[in-house]
Amino acid sequence: MNWISNYVRPKINSLFSRREVPENLWTKCPECGTMLFHRELSDNLNVCTTCDHHMAISPRERFNALFDGGIFTEVKVPEPVADPLIFRDQKKYPDRMKAAQKSTGEKEAMLVAEGEMARAPVVMAAQDFAFMAGSMGMYVGNAIVAAAERAVKLKCPLVLFAAAGGARMQEGILSLMQMPRTTVAVQMLKEAGLPYVVVLTHPTTGGVTASYAMLGDVQISEPNALICFAGPRVIEQTIREKLPEGFQRAEYLLDHGMLDRVTHRKAMRDELVTILRMLMNLPPAIKGDLPAPAPAAPPVAEPAPPLPEAEAKAAS
Amino acid sequence: MNYLEFEKPLSEIEGKAEELRAMARGNKEMDVEKEAAALDKKADALLRELYRDLTPWRKCLVARHPDRPHCRDYIEALFTEYTPLAGDRNFADDHAVMGGLARFNDNPVMVIGQEKGHDTKTRIERNFGMARPEGYRKAIRLMDMAHRFRIPVVTLVDTPGAFPGKGAEERGQAEAIARSTQKCLEIGVPLISVVIGEGGSGGAVAFATANRIAMLEHSVYSVISPEGCASILWKDAEKMREAAEALRLTAQDLQKLGVIDRIIKEPLGGAQRGRRETVEAVGKAIETMLKELSGKKPEWLIKDRRNKFLEMGSKGLAA
Repeated sequence: MNWISNYVRPKINSLFSRREVPENLWTKCPECGTMLFHRELSDNLNVCTTCDHHMAISPRERFNALFDGGIFTEVKVPEPVADPLIFRDQKKYPDRMKAAQKSTGEKEAMLVAEGEMARAPVVMAAQDFAFMAGSMGMYVGNAIVAAAERAVKLKCPLVLFAAAGGARMQEGILSLMQMPRTTVAVQMLKEAGLPYVVVLTHPTTGGVTASYAMLGDVQISEPNALICFAGPRVIEQTIREKLPEGFQRAEYLLDHGMLDRVTHRKAMRDELVTILRMLMNLPPAIKGDLPAPAPAAPPVAEPAPPLPEAEAKAAS
Repeated sequence: MNYLEFEKPLSEIEGKAEELRAMARGNKEMDVEKEAAALDKKADALLRELYRDLTPWRKCLVARHPDRPHCRDYIEALFTEYTPLAGDRNFADDHAVMGGLARFNDNPVMVIGQEKGHDTKTRIERNFGMARPEGYRKAIRLMDMAHRFRIPVVTLVDTPGAFPGKGAEERGQAEAIARSTQKCLEIGVPLISVVIGEGGSGGAVAFATANRIAMLEHSVYSVISPEGCASILWKDAEKMREAAEALRLTAQDLQKLGVIDRIIKEPLGGAQRGRRETVEAVGKAIETMLKELSGKKPEWLIKDRRNKFLEMGSKGLAA
């Protein structure tokens, strides 16, 4: 199937059935301007097929691509007290929450799941930038603590995908207190001797960078992600000069010794598997398709159409 | 005396009283004491009125008051044999962070704090109390040393925040803050912290992840400055009064939220009007907090700190 049959046929159907067609079938790459068809884009994990620009990807889509067979179980996160400060700016905080929940279909800005990667257990947590800029409040704090506790219980690594504008202002000082709180979570893993790998994604800033997102045993980033404590605009205002090209981007940080690696999203799974298996003292993963879970029985090849040449070669 | 914007009516009355007395000094015949005393009384009543119920924004202004005692004043007055220890052993010595060995009531402690400076020259030298990565790394080094030699750590927090600069970012501002917070959680000695002015976001947390946290009555501690919050959420930096209100950054609100353990009373009209009293009150609080933790085992202290932060805020304002 190509995109024409994927796209045109439903389109014709909809003309007759008057069904609503999703509007966002095409996405324009913000970097190079290429129009990308939604299925092609999601097959490529939201990376532009022309220029390799990494667009945002939801935690669920990420987990689908990373866990074996896209199978995972959500780890329950304890619910914090809602709107702890009764915060009002131009909107009420609960209203902002509802809007974010509606637009993302998620409960909060972080999703935690357990499953397997190359048949070894792993816990993953991913921050959702689409949910109030991924901001860290008490729920995100709870999520990271829950993720760490689960990893310790399962004696498996924790991989955390960070993406955030920083702390959630609407939770005031309590969002700030998630910095030490999540650091305690990192300590739990450290003491249990379990790997904690951080994958920084675009953008990771503020109090998030200045706590759990910089404390990984291994620090990986997606290409060109903005990673900083103070944002470029704040710095430009402070020092009153233009910042160099690529400042605070992943490659810049790599050059300045702040990261271990910058890795393409499509290569992330293999890389995580390689690193985690070594840190966990496991044998190397089997490359290619995983063997079927069924025991011993010799693999029966699909009856391939007989190719005379191949047969002849095999016989000789 | 520097007057804050909202203290303007006060400055007029106090100015008048001062003027009268100055005139009397020049002319022995004049007896102005009665009038001046009346003005004093009026000023005192107004001061009481102004400071009885400071709004959160006014508290921010008081917390930033240039005449408030700063880290250096506390170290000079409350500690003996202060021996500054400099440098992060990697890049530089950050003058925004003071720190070193000292004695408190004759017992050795490691004292660390942000210093804002008291005039133009020292403010620039101290970078207005905004630390760079080297400052946090110096703090890490000192905390580590305190841990190894079983010396309690006292931190004094007074910073608008970590410095947002090019070099600071290149040298890993975020990582330095994260590691400093982590070090706070790791050390097996008492760690107590006093917010003496501004507790500015991550720059403050990196020092204040402590077993016991106290705040001066009119100090503030916040995730973001009211101006910053206003420009993001209200799209108007002038809405800082509303933002200060919403952020719940006062010592009183923070105690309600269970984020801090105690409030240290300031003299009438704020720390700037009674610097010695304030310093002494802080000294007493440090003494009490250290006493509470003395004799505790390293494991207990680490666990105490951890649980404190794990449980923090679970009840919200209802606590």
